[in-house]
Amino acid sequence: MRELVCIVCPRGCHMKVDDEWNVTGNTCPRGAEYARAELTHPTRVLTSTVRLEGGRYPRCPVKTAAPVPKELLPRVMAALDEVTLRAPVHVGQTVLEDVCGTGVAVVATRELTA
Amino acid sequence: MYDLIVVGGGPAGLAAACSAWDSGLRSILIVERDRELGGILNQCIHNGFGLTYFKEELTGPEYAHRFVELLSKTGVEVRTDTMVLEITGDLRIHMTGPETGYRVEEARSVILAMGCRERTRGAIGIPGYRPAGVFTAGAAQRYVNVEGWLPGKRVVILGSGDIGLIMARRMTLEGAKVLACVEVMPYSGGLTRNIVQCLEDYDIPLYLSHTVTDIRGRDRVEQVVVSEVDERRRPIPGTEMVFDCDTLLLSVGLIPENELTQSAGIRIDPRTKGPEVFENMETSLPGVFSCGNVTHVHDLVDFVTQESQRAGAAAAKYVLNGPAAGESIALRNGNGVSYTVPQRVRPENVEKVFNVFFRVNRIFGPSRIVVSAGERELCRFKRDRLAPGEMENITVPVKLLEGVAGEITVSVKEA
Ligand SMILES: Cc1cc2nc3c(=O)[nH]c(=O)nc-3n(C[C@H](O)[C@H](O)[C@H](O)COP(=O)(O)OP(=O)(O)OC[C@H]3O[C@@H](n4cnc5c(N)ncnc54)[C@H](O)[C@@H]3O)c2cc1C
Ligand code: SF4
Repeated sequence: MRELVCIVCPRGCHMKVDDEWNVTGNTCPRGAEYARAELTHPTRVLTSTVRLEGGRYPRCPVKTAAPVPKELLPRVMAALDEVTLRAPVHVGQTVLEDVCGTGVAVVATRELTA
Repeated sequence: MYDLIVVGGGPAGLAAACSAWDSGLRSILIVERDRELGGILNQCIHNGFGLTYFKEELTGPEYAHRFVELLSKTGVEVRTDTMVLEITGDLRIHMTGPETGYRVEEARSVILAMGCRERTRGAIGIPGYRPAGVFTAGAAQRYVNVEGWLPGKRVVILGSGDIGLIMARRMTLEGAKVLACVEVMPYSGGLTRNIVQCLEDYDIPLYLSHTVTDIRGRDRVEQVVVSEVDERRRPIPGTEMVFDCDTLLLSVGLIPENELTQSAGIRIDPRTKGPEVFENMETSLPGVFSCGNVTHVHDLVDFVTQESQRAGAAAAKYVLNGPAAGESIALRNGNGVSYTVPQRVRPENVEKVFNVFFRVNRIFGPSRIVVSAGERELCRFKRDRLAPGEMENITVPVKLLEGVAGEITVSVKEA
């Protein structure tokens, strides 16, 4: 039996997972899905910023377009450190394709005019 | 003369303006003191916004962008870089900005959406010198996420509010060492999901029932002393822990920004520190509405949007159909409840149901929320868990208020 808190939404359900992978305590199916994933291969969406030139601010916020393996987060951070964007930047614009071999893109999350 | 002037262009102001437009108002002005619309969301680059409203997990800037896009499809006028200085009782809005200079605009209705500001060290009285290196968590968030510099390398965080938790993770990812998060209460002030994904994910210890009792260092923070507190929140001698650090972040709460509200003579609720409002978010001054963090501090922007849409629609109704009518019923805080929004309801002005947001004053296990009039129970709602860090929301059918006069009480009863 393992206990964990669902982080998929702000409700934060307290869940239990038994040895047969049955999940209890979740309010919705996304919780069960998260619990199984968390106990086998935990993933997270990473949000951070990259360098921006020619814009109003020196940084542009970005995110991984999907969750990436948790243990790769430091490597994704290092990869983002190599990136420099030029304004203008649009929401959803791809910043890095397939970051660290995860198959997941990094995209911009803010409109930044030149 | 505008039909509506919205003060503040954060998520509250944006949603209110869009909904007033959709409800038929055509001369609307948003006044925002910052260079851009979006408010505090622009620096909240983490995700977790919009799960309720858009059914998607967005970052703060993306959530703001959705509303800026919606707004651009309307004819709402926007003045950025413009600060509102005063609102008078007859709805004249004094403002100043580099493009327009000092201006006074008249409005038929006003929506207050100024958000809130952070409590500071002064507001909580920590002893010790005043060296550099003490920041509010929100200021640090702006430095890291917008301006692009890291305020310190070894960090202690006082307070377990969401901003502090988010910054613990953020600064760790950027290469700082976060030594501890210290919370004076026996429970966390933030969302449980943030304890998990911001502290536990990065092995950052959370010390509940502890506080900062000294800050050492003359020019820059060098050490922070943390002590355990007793149940009356007094430090217990002999429990001191010393952390070598260069930075202390304060995440000790937010206060609605209500100088303008007070100057207009609008009644403030000492519990929320925001204006008292009716069911439609109207304040004690007819034609002036209030929504978002200026009304009460929200944890989730989705509820800000919901509340602000109501305010926008109500302002439109006020301008197009005239003032709301009817006697009002006060909402009293019963056992376990620290405040409610709205504070008053006018049943005649409610179509079917009205929403009540509130916070509890301690952690409750399985319990029921009870709305009652005197001895008579009107309705009840079951909950598995209630915590002060998580705002509650109930929907009450107005027909239950038939025959009720004076006041109703919202309370929590443990099962
Ligand atoms: C650090 C932080 C993290 C958060 N994390 C989450 C999260 O993960 N998920 C979630 O759902 N919610 C989160 N929230 C909550 C949510 O972002 C807020 O509740 C929401 O932004 C409040 O919106 P608002 O429009 O009321 O205030 P604000 O966003 O503060 O906007 C108020 C606006 O009014 C302007 N203004 C103020 N005074 C004047 C004046 N006199 N004249 C002109 N303009 C003025 C300000 O410049 C500002 O732009 C977080 C909040 C903070 C602070
Ligand atoms: S189980 Fe469902 S409702 Fe509960 S926290 Fe997870 S996503 Fe939210």
